[in-house]
Amino acid sequence: MTSKATTQRIAFLLLRLSAAGMIAAVFALLGYLIWNGASALSLPFLLESPREGMSAGGVFPAIVGTFYLTLLTLAFALPLGVAAAIYLSEYADPRRSKTLYVMRTATVVLAGIPSIVYGLLGLGLFVLFLGLGFSILSSALTLSFLTLPVIISASEEALRTVPMSYREGALALGATKWQVIRDAVLPFAVPGILTACILGLARAAGETAPILLTGAAYYLPELPNSIFDQFMALPFHIFALSTQSVNPKLTRPIQFGSVLVLLLLVLSLNVIAIVIRGYYRRKYRRVAG
Amino acid sequence: MSTTHSLIHPRPRFREWILEHVFLAAAFASVLVVLLIFAFLLSNGLQAFRDIDLVGFLTGTIWQPVSEEPKYGLVPMLTGSLLVTGLSIALSVPISILCATYLSQVASPAVREIAKPIIEMLAAVPSVVYGFVALVIIADMIQSAFHNPIRLNALNASVVLTLMVAPTIVSISEDAISSVPQEYKEAALALGASKWEMIRDVVLPSSLSGIFVAVMLGIGRAIGETMAVLMAAGNAAVVTFNPLASVETMTAVIAIEMGEVTFNSTHFYALFAVGVVLFVFTLVINLVAQVIVRRYKALGR
Repeated sequence: MTSKATTQRIAFLLLRLSAAGMIAAVFALLGYLIWNGASALSLPFLLESPREGMSAGGVFPAIVGTFYLTLLTLAFALPLGVAAAIYLSEYADPRRSKTLYVMRTATVVLAGIPSIVYGLLGLGLFVLFLGLGFSILSSALTLSFLTLPVIISASEEALRTVPMSYREGALALGATKWQVIRDAVLPFAVPGILTACILGLARAAGETAPILLTGAAYYLPELPNSIFDQFMALPFHIFALSTQSVNPKLTRPIQFGSVLVLLLLVLSLNVIAIVIRGYYRRKYRRVAG
Repeated sequence: MSTTHSLIHPRPRFREWILEHVFLAAAFASVLVVLLIFAFLLSNGLQAFRDIDLVGFLTGTIWQPVSEEPKYGLVPMLTGSLLVTGLSIALSVPISILCATYLSQVASPAVREIAKPIIEMLAAVPSVVYGFVALVIIADMIQSAFHNPIRLNALNASVVLTLMVAPTIVSISEDAISSVPQEYKEAALALGASKWEMIRDVVLPSSLSGIFVAVMLGIGRAIGETMAVLMAAGNAAVVTFNPLASVETMTAVIAIEMGEVTFNSTHFYALFAVGVVLFVFTLVINLVAQVIVRRYKALGR
């Protein structure tokens, strides 16, 4: 009997240690990046353009580029993704499971395709075949394909958390299918769709490989004027500074600063999404119960 | 219900029809994008084989696209991708499954609520940031630990990849482990098993298919990862299985050489052909995972 208890104690210790190890890795990673990046971070760093061949100055154009890029990406991916989710959650007939299976499989496959392959598609289709050139537009269209599965699955989950009784109540009052969706489902799914939106933004803001092939530029003296211009972006800026510049060691503080800006942007978007999601899950649990 | 309704309001019926089909079309977007990617990769990739032969591409061990006599052998990138992916999976699978078991079976709900989002944060960190960390610090740590002359190598890439795939494996296998029915566990305890024996002999074996799916998706993520591997692995197109040597992966060769290539040249098309191989790999991995998910859902879990 003692050996049974001892085995259990050792096994649980091992389980605990591996979880603790993983959490320690998260803190080590974030701590290291915050510690080294914090000293580079300042208001001028955020609001100035790079100077002296990128060895001084700030990351303002890269922030602006990432901002334009993610918003344009969302403008394409959000309507399409939400409309797809509405079909999957509200219209799709579970009895016609073949169609549904094909759609779901495609979404899963899409989520698993490597980002560089999206880059190849963007280069082949948008930049060259459609002649949109290396531009914000080409990159945003490419990223909208990449964020589509994220937005579809998060929106579908949001729609499904709306209690069935809301739909039944509206139907009983004589509403048509669309009226049910518009008045009894969508308003209550808005927070969840907002979560989908934010997760999509975070995903698009951090991607490097697709924009590498479709329009990101190493250095541009001016901010982009139209969606047909090339652009600077934070993730590409980090990549270029740390691997392609003449003396990567010299610009290390700028690299750490840029990493921290990107990290704070992406992680805060994720935290906001988690908070919204958690809040409304609890709320609906109360309604349902 | 619709007959009486449409007699009173004839117009909404048309609007309903339009809207349903708009949503249906949107739902087919994913299918369309998958087909589009496949068609585009294939139509560009196949053009490479007007100048190079397919067997040579798949079995050649030398990749020298820019030379007097260009050679397009994919084997160095295949072994590079396999080495980096295999190492990172070997490193991340044991710790991830132990971690998932802890979260699902041992941890108190309060600990679980805090620990899960922290681990999931690893999935939110952009891959270029991982690449940067590998380049700036992990490379030095590995170099001094192994007294290795080569700073950027396969092991360096595998270590960051381990961090990147761990959250995927943890969260999917945690779901699988948590979905083991309560009756199974109670039956084991009723037969006199300790909690650990219950986990080892009942819970883990019955969640094996879910854990397998988690590992498959981890492999898919690792093999498709571009930026982190590109910045960490050193990018030398040589056939080797030495973890302390520089290697180049399929993803990296596309990202690096696409920037310098002449459009519509053989080299350009060859990079698309590499993309086709990469696409097929991830497609197969994801489809197999899907089939398993469907099968064990059909079994009632």
